[in-house]
Amino acid sequence: MSVTEMFSYIQGFLSADQDVREDIRKVVQNLEQTAREILTVLQSVHQPSGFKEKGQLCSLAGKHFTASVECTGGEESFEIESEFHEHWRFVLQRLAFLAAFAVYLESENLVTREEVAQILGIEVVREKGFHLDIEDFLAGVLIMASELSRLAVNSVTAGDYSRPLRISNFINELDSGFRLLNLKNDPLRKRYDGLKYDVKKIEEVVYDLSIRGLAKESESGGN
Amino acid sequence: VCIVSGEGWSRRNVEAAQEHDVHANPSSPIVAAFKVFQQELDTKHDKYERLVKISRDVTIESKRTIFLLHRVTNRCNQLLIQLNYLNLFNVLCGFMMVVFRALGIQEYVEAVSFLHYIRHRSLISLEEINARLVFMRTENAPPLGAHVLTFQVTPADYLLGVADLTGELMRLCIGSVGNGDIDTPFQLSQFLRQIHDGFSYIGNTGPYEVSKKLHTLRQSLGKVEDACYTLRVRGSEIPKHMLADVFSSRTTHMDTEEGVV
Repeated sequence: MSVTEMFSYIQGFLSADQDVREDIRKVVQNLEQTAREILTVLQSVHQPSGFKEKGQLCSLAGKHFTASVECTGGEESFEIESEFHEHWRFVLQRLAFLAAFAVYLESENLVTREEVAQILGIEVVREKGFHLDIEDFLAGVLIMASELSRLAVNSVTAGDYSRPLRISNFINELDSGFRLLNLKNDPLRKRYDGLKYDVKKIEEVVYDLSIRGLAKESESGGN
Repeated sequence: VCIVSGEGWSRRNVEAAQEHDVHANPSSPIVAAFKVFQQELDTKHDKYERLVKISRDVTIESKRTIFLLHRVTNRCNQLLIQLNYLNLFNVLCGFMMVVFRALGIQEYVEAVSFLHYIRHRSLISLEEINARLVFMRTENAPPLGAHVLTFQVTPADYLLGVADLTGELMRLCIGSVGNGDIDTPFQLSQFLRQIHDGFSYIGNTGPYEVSKKLHTLRQSLGKVEDACYTLRVRGSEIPKHMLADVFSSRTTHMDTEEGVV
């Protein structure tokens, strides 16, 4: 192959790459839109009337999640996913957060990675296809922690004094869990550093309730 | 190949911390989940560290090969080159299933294409490079892995490696004049021009580093073209043993950081 032929050949690849990038961008945009819609639905728990409609919220969110599944399906191949991971990262983390948040609202448990993958319609293990990285999952959990600290505050405002206690226990367990991890100095570590502020905020809420005798003794029950 | 003592230290540390962690409730499902995450993350990080080390090794070996190729003036030293090459392969074998962008690949492409040019006076193709990157795994294969492992250089890495190659070709040109070889510069000039034209064709549709390298490429091409001009105009006037001096003074005049090899 002559030099000129070689470069033409390479150019072919580069053009194809650009096309793929365009396609991915469009898919990511759709996913981000879906994520925003889900967030809007879930955000209403912060309203005073919020958690009564909790059940409806979660099923509404569920419908949107299925839509996002359709987005991710089809075009993903292993090479595309690893090479262009950065394009996906933000929206994937958001979706993980939304899934975790929805599951917490329903069951007050920490969602598992498998559950998130199922909700989003993707795999967990890299070899099987488009998958959820453990770092992205954990990032989503941390985003949820911030959301929960906000929910603790708003729960008190709405008159629910037991929820913050349950949130507090939950966040403390999350914190313990995260402290088990050997994190590198990467974005996940930086995000984890923010968890302590969430912990502190919730502790303050619990403190405010306790000294005023508003905190209920039992840790279960409530809403 | 892992740094055993380092790993052991950090694991012991973590376990000690766990025991002192008053909040940790071992029976909590959340904590149990995070223990699994811990193991998974540790494995992932270890693998990444190994990859970084291998990338560094590839870079070092590639650069050594390039220096060797510059030093070589006769065919007898081909054997030395082969050995160095083999080292590169052994190092690359360690790549296994590469999932992250590896850093030494451009240097590898640079070294391999340099060797190929010296031997064949042509540009090695991406396919030829990838055809050699097939390894047989001799030790125990992992549950998922095949016995034949391949590593593919991407078009982007190939492009960047070739861009770096042009710098070495320029040095080869100046160096060959110093050795009394007045044919190589003209061949190189032609070759380099073709590569430069190829990059111009690609323009900025390639990875963003290409634009920076294109600038250096233009400088290299300029030096080579000037060298050919000097040879053509004044080559017959200057005794061969003095040609090297003429070129070394020219290149130091043009660019203080480039020197005659």
